Amino acid sequence: MLDAYPESRLAHALLWSFGALVLAFLILPTLIVVPISFSGSDMLEFPPRSLSLRWYASFFGSADWMAALRTSLILAGLTAIVSVPAAFLACVAMDRLGGRLASGIYTFAVIPSVVPGILLAIGLFFVLAKLRLLGTLGGVLLGHVVLAIPVAVVVLYPAVRRFDWVQLQAARSLGAGWGGGIVGIMLPQMVLSLVSAALMAFLSSLDEAVISIFVSSGANTTLPKLMFISLRDQIDPTIAAISTLWTGLVVAVVLLFAARQRP
Amino acid sequence: MTAMTATVNAAGLRRDAATERRFFLSLALPSLVIVGIGAILPLFWILQQSLATARGDITLVNYTALLTNGLTWRSLLVTLELSGGTLLCCLVLGIPLAFLLASTSPRTASRLMVLVLLPLWTSILVRTYGWLVILRRDGLINDLLVGSGLVSEPVPLVYNFTGTLIGMVHYMLPIFVLPTYAAMRDIDGNVIRAAASMGASLWHCFRTVILPLAFGGIASGSVIVFVYTLGFFITPAILGGGRISPIAIRIDRTLSTLQDWGGAAAFGVFLLLIVAVLGVTALGAARLIRSKPAAD
Repeated sequence: MLDAYPESRLAHALLWSFGALVLAFLILPTLIVVPISFSGSDMLEFPPRSLSLRWYASFFGSADWMAALRTSLILAGLTAIVSVPAAFLACVAMDRLGGRLASGIYTFAVIPSVVPGILLAIGLFFVLAKLRLLGTLGGVLLGHVVLAIPVAVVVLYPAVRRFDWVQLQAARSLGAGWGGGIVGIMLPQMVLSLVSAALMAFLSSLDEAVISIFVSSGANTTLPKLMFISLRDQIDPTIAAISTLWTGLVVAVVLLFAARQRP
Repeated sequence: MTAMTATVNAAGLRRDAATERRFFLSLALPSLVIVGIGAILPLFWILQQSLATARGDITLVNYTALLTNGLTWRSLLVTLELSGGTLLCCLVLGIPLAFLLASTSPRTASRLMVLVLLPLWTSILVRTYGWLVILRRDGLINDLLVGSGLVSEPVPLVYNFTGTLIGMVHYMLPIFVLPTYAAMRDIDGNVIRAAASMGASLWHCFRTVILPLAFGGIASGSVIVFVYTLGFFITPAILGGGRISPIAIRIDRTLSTLQDWGGAAAFGVFLLLIVAVLGVTALGAARLIRSKPAAD
């Protein structure tokens, strides 16, 4: 768009420098934790005066942090395993039913993404307290799956809509059932979308904090909840080490996606 | 004979179609049941909890206590200030950034986009921690300010309104930029070239051509930012340091510290109503403005 105004050099320069500042604002907090995580001192100094891996050792050596990491990874895996098939089936239903029924299902399925997290959290707290399920893995899992279903539906629905159902009609006319057709013909064509949906569901659970803060406890405390508690009490550089590992994971995933989009 | 077969077939086909519909409907069940139990039921439970006494009678005492408490209205004010402030900052920072992204080549734009997406994908706790490191009393910014002699005392940047606002803007900016950038990218470059060839200055063209054409994206980004931030919890809890009490923080305090379930539930219904009312109003306003002819 700016190319229509090649002569306004000043505007170009201003826009670029402003944009660079905003981009720096966006990535600075993520980058700053990396040098701090390798600091050798107890203080949060920048730049660190000595380098060490002690905060990584403190993370991997702590029973509490390792238990929380384990809980979070198990939860994220289970969330992906439960939410992606459920969302996929809902997408098939929406695509085949069409019309009002489809938009009704869609609206219902994405409700959790528009309700403030704190409300889902205290509501789930009340329900789980009533059922005596507070602090259980199943209770947190329910909350995480509820949040992952809208994510998976949004990723999968366009892929399901692109699918050419004539192929399934052909298979059915040759004797395949709906189930066999979906598994044998549809799923293999949608592997990439399914993998993206599973990855997004996994990351959404790994990142989820508000519901976990209210309904997870004891042995089922998640990593974000433990980070939240320790951030509220004091600033422990161990969190810098966790943050660096986490950001590394995210960078890898984003680069993977970027590479996929640019074949 | 053939007519009879046709009606028999038609009935059979209708039956088949109905069976098929039921089958497809049943495929949606797992998702609907999970969302029903994990999201809809909890919301109803909040309503029930807010209206019930310990013995199960219906009461409005939680609501009268909530609405007569000055702290409730103060927390609503703080919430609106934070959401409004976040929206304002997103507009000021996000529109030029989206314009820049839309003006560069697709190759450069997708590279710069990685920088926008990276924070979006980073855990909110990681980002909050990063801001603590930067904004603390002996953090990066205060080191620079004091070191350069600009100020003699460290400036309080965190554990207050400023810190909370910075954290919230940082959280929402990528979410605002995405729809705004998409709308600007879809603008036909020939329109801009036409405006330029007719002698419109860049600023004039930006104001009268680009902004109106990108209005849809900016409006939906704004609605998302404003409504989403009404229920923010993590950022004010950590970067507010207990001194900032928007609605979500007061709900947590009512539930966890005061152990007042009914009060927390009534506060939850209060928040839900505010989100619903403001959300619907904002969507309606955006639609109204968009439906007006853009030519004037």
